[in-house]
Amino acid sequence: MKELKLMKGNEAVAEAAIRAGCDGYFGYPITPQSEIMEYLMYQDPQKTTGMVVLQAESEVAAINMVYGGASCGKKVMTSSSSPGISLKQEGISYIAGAELPCLIVNIVRGGPGLGTIQPSQSDYFQSTKGGGHGDYRLIVLAPSSVQEMADFAGLGFDLAFKYRNPVLILGDGVIGQMMEKVELDEFKPRWTEEEIRRNTPWSTMGKLNNRERNIITSLDLDSHKQEKHVAHLRDKYLEIEKNEVRYEEFQCEDAEYLIVAYGSSARISQKAVELARAKGIKVGLLRPITLFPFPKKPLLNYVGKIKGILTVEMSLGQMIEDVKLAVECKVKVEHFGRFGGIIPTPDEVVVALEKQIIGG
Amino acid sequence: MTEEIIIAGFGGQGVLSMGKILAYSGIMQNQEVSWMPSYGPEMRGGTANVTVVLSDERISSPIINSYDTAIILNQQSLDKFEATVKPGGLLIYDPNGITHYPSRKDINIYSIEASEEAGKLGLAKVFNMIVLGGFLKLKPLVKPEFIHKGLEKSLPARHHKLIPENEKAIDIGKTLIKAVHLV
Amino acid sequence: MSDIVTKEQIRRPENLVYSKTKLLTDKALSYCPGCGHGTAHRILMEVIEELNAQEITIGIAPVGCSVLAYEFMNIDMQQAAHGRAPALATAVKRLMPEKIVFTYQGDGDLAAIGTAETIHACNRGENITIIFINNGIYGMTGGQMAPTTLPNMKASTCPYGRDVTTMGNPLRMTELVAQLPGVHFVTRQAVHTPSAVRKAKKALRKAFDLQKENKGLTFVEIVSNCNSGWKMTPVQSNKWMEENMFPFYPLGDIKVDGQLVK
Repeated sequence: MKELKLMKGNEAVAEAAIRAGCDGYFGYPITPQSEIMEYLMYQDPQKTTGMVVLQAESEVAAINMVYGGASCGKKVMTSSSSPGISLKQEGISYIAGAELPCLIVNIVRGGPGLGTIQPSQSDYFQSTKGGGHGDYRLIVLAPSSVQEMADFAGLGFDLAFKYRNPVLILGDGVIGQMMEKVELDEFKPRWTEEEIRRNTPWSTMGKLNNRERNIITSLDLDSHKQEKHVAHLRDKYLEIEKNEVRYEEFQCEDAEYLIVAYGSSARISQKAVELARAKGIKVGLLRPITLFPFPKKPLLNYVGKIKGILTVEMSLGQMIEDVKLAVECKVKVEHFGRFGGIIPTPDEVVVALEKQIIGG
Repeated sequence: MTEEIIIAGFGGQGVLSMGKILAYSGIMQNQEVSWMPSYGPEMRGGTANVTVVLSDERISSPIINSYDTAIILNQQSLDKFEATVKPGGLLIYDPNGITHYPSRKDINIYSIEASEEAGKLGLAKVFNMIVLGGFLKLKPLVKPEFIHKGLEKSLPARHHKLIPENEKAIDIGKTLIKAVHLV
Repeated sequence: MSDIVTKEQIRRPENLVYSKTKLLTDKALSYCPGCGHGTAHRILMEVIEELNAQEITIGIAPVGCSVLAYEFMNIDMQQAAHGRAPALATAVKRLMPEKIVFTYQGDGDLAAIGTAETIHACNRGENITIIFINNGIYGMTGGQMAPTTLPNMKASTCPYGRDVTTMGNPLRMTELVAQLPGVHFVTRQAVHTPSAVRKAKKALRKAFDLQKENKGLTFVEIVSNCNSGWKMTPVQSNKWMEENMFPFYPLGDIKVDGQLVK
């Protein structure tokens, strides 16, 4: 039976990870996401499910613990906020290069630098275009509710193992800190060693005498082999783009204008749609749920049907580039955003829609 | 029904927990809820506020700029949030420490002398429940039985013995709320 | 011509006195002739074989000359980012406490970029074995100064010799971690003579035995030569090592049974 709780987004993703059969969490405190590790330490799942929870000496160590655990076919995760995620980029690049599954949660705060601890969406480029060095992509899930924070823990692990690729849950201070009603899945048992050996024949759990040794590495000094490997990664990313696009539409059927927004900006924009509709403006909301893969085709389908698109982001405008590419610049696309930790209000969004798109 | 509420005061006045108990009670009554706090160093002895939305439908934005109800527990919060109450909306304030009183004529304004009463009755710990009682008297959005369940859910088990005291405080609050200005 | 001995004649079973452990692959070592890494690899894999632990052992390779250690060790291996091997090993051991886990790291990896990971894995008393190859130089990248480069020793980034007033002092990481309560056994060994090899192998065996007993972290430094980096012949470099490295990095046990050796 599903369990109903009032939880913070940070708590929900932690609880859902335990329930999804997570084997290990490795983290380092940073606002506004420290509740994730605090919650896990308080629950002490080592005693119940056997899940390991460890506070590392740094974000760098934490992501490399994830690298070590993922190499063993374990369901492992870390979480942090923007400055900490920057520190993790080296490890994330290795994990992507070595094709390992893992779950990373970024509860974004305003940057650059130490910035602010208030909510922001200014890590979009870093999340969706690689982030660290080299040609790679993360699968990026953008929850817009506490329920999705919970749901995406299980979904994240499923996708990570399906594609042997790191999955990033890109939340922000609003999603992490707010409480909402959440329905929690039942506990799934952690994989046994036999199950891990069966599900992840590549994992380094110890070389049984009846098989060749397994090696986890992102290194190939032979450039021809490395090129082949990167081409294989490209094919995998294309496959992900084909299969895993997720998005949601709100009041789009008769829309003359479209707002595109993800995460907490989508919630604010949904309210803005309600306010604008009350004024007689026919506007809808398209909310990308996966930021990579980005819902390109669904957006392209609006070309010819709508007069303009407003992207709403808590940044100087990052996702807008993907929106423009998706509609092949055949529709007017404008950005509205607040940044540096300031959250736009629904009223501001309506004003921006009227000024920049309808009146502009 | 959708009710958008801001609760604001000093850190330590129980602003966040009042919101949490209200939100949990809403869930128990099968409503959709959201609870969005201010967070960070500003809460350490500074002002704290939380936006609570209760609704029969899916809640769009947990972040809003105008409210059906503002529950105000200090001067800074009154200065900041008086203007954000929707016309015809409700403002409740505790006059303790207030020197510049609310002046809007297009909203309903009530006062509740909760901190003074809590001090008199030795109920400082449940001061926030007195305030919640005043609000529930004016807007009985959640039935008492669901408030009881909400208290059970939001208080850790070791504090369940304090539930009767919390409920008593809510009842006291209902008797203390006074109209200051009505539209 | 009959006095010339053929290969076949030499390889008669009665002549064989040594066979390579199956835990080393047949791949030719990528190390320079005369380097200590090959010997260190051999005794490490012999110990794992003697413990019959090949099916439960996971090794973590570093970045540096031994980045390709996984090519030569016939067990499940992971290759870490520079300096991070103790972090990987921490997770592997925590998630699978019944396995045997070791890291194999050079001086740049362990004592410079990975200082934090090393010290904190030691301080947590992770039940892993750290094998630290110290040759006082960055070999793979072409002979730059390492944290363990001796005072006045020349390297490509200290071509006039390490000036400790501007470049810092060589770091005795092994003595440093020996201070930490989580660390149970610390020793410094070498592999440049048959007797040194025998001692080093015994030390490795002890470290892994202790790991099996969950005694805490075990740390084996092997002071080694880098004839290429030091610009010497192998024989010269071993002599130089004895005369210069050993006085600064003296061989022997530093911590036994959780107690510092006086």
